[in-house]
Amino acid sequence: MSDFSLEVKKEGSVVIIKTSGYLNNVGGEKISEVCYEEMEKGKNLFLLDLENSKVVNSIGVSILIEIIEKLQDVDGKLGYYNLAPIVEKTFNIMGLTKYSSVFYSEEEAIKGML
Amino acid sequence: MKKNTPPVVELTLPVLPDMEIAATKTAEVVSKHMGLNEEQTAEINMALIEACINAFEHSGTEKQIEIHFKIKDDLLEITVSDKGQGFDKKKVSIPKIEDKLKSDYKRGWGLQLIKELMDTVEFESSEKGTTVTMTKKK
Repeated sequence: MSDFSLEVKKEGSVVIIKTSGYLNNVGGEKISEVCYEEMEKGKNLFLLDLENSKVVNSIGVSILIEIIEKLQDVDGKLGYYNLAPIVEKTFNIMGLTKYSSVFYSEEEAIKGML
Repeated sequence: MKKNTPPVVELTLPVLPDMEIAATKTAEVVSKHMGLNEEQTAEINMALIEACINAFEHSGTEKQIEIHFKIKDDLLEITVSDKGQGFDKKKVSIPKIEDKLKSDYKRGWGLQLIKELMDTVEFESSEKGTTVTMTKKK
């Protein structure tokens, strides 16, 4: 029933995943599928554009922790931009911002990842 | 002098995927009625989502949960109740991302998020069910 969807684009070595809809377990798993497929191809820099995902839950965000863990094994990075204030607050409470980065525009995010 | 009983909005949710979003729609109407701001409303919604998810997981055979929004003069009080087996509060630890990164179990953040986002949170749990009571001041 989840209306979650995503689009993937690449800017040089950075994989950008733009999400739409509720980032719950279904959304988190869709993001992780893309990340793990791209990691198999050697990519290790991932950005999530969460402009159209203003509602999240801790199960979906927990899957991002799993992605961070896997990226640590390949010296990779995960970043986010266009976060709703409550999503950024949730990431802070859960500690994601210690191990991944929040940016405020796509341009800043791409520069920050390299 | 007789005290006025605060108005209460009651909601029963079946345990179905994403049904917690229905609770947030009601919370938005109640928050607007009370004049709460956008940030307060977003925090209530997030806490409510987490409380509902926990209740869905613990709801046992009842397969539904009850939510009450009590509209008081100075605060909103929300209770989320399930009729599951309950849980032992002593066994609930504060999650840390450093531990979660090394663990196979990445979940378990709900109570911590509710505590951080709401002004007060209380839990009552027994073999007959669990009720979470949380408040947000105006």
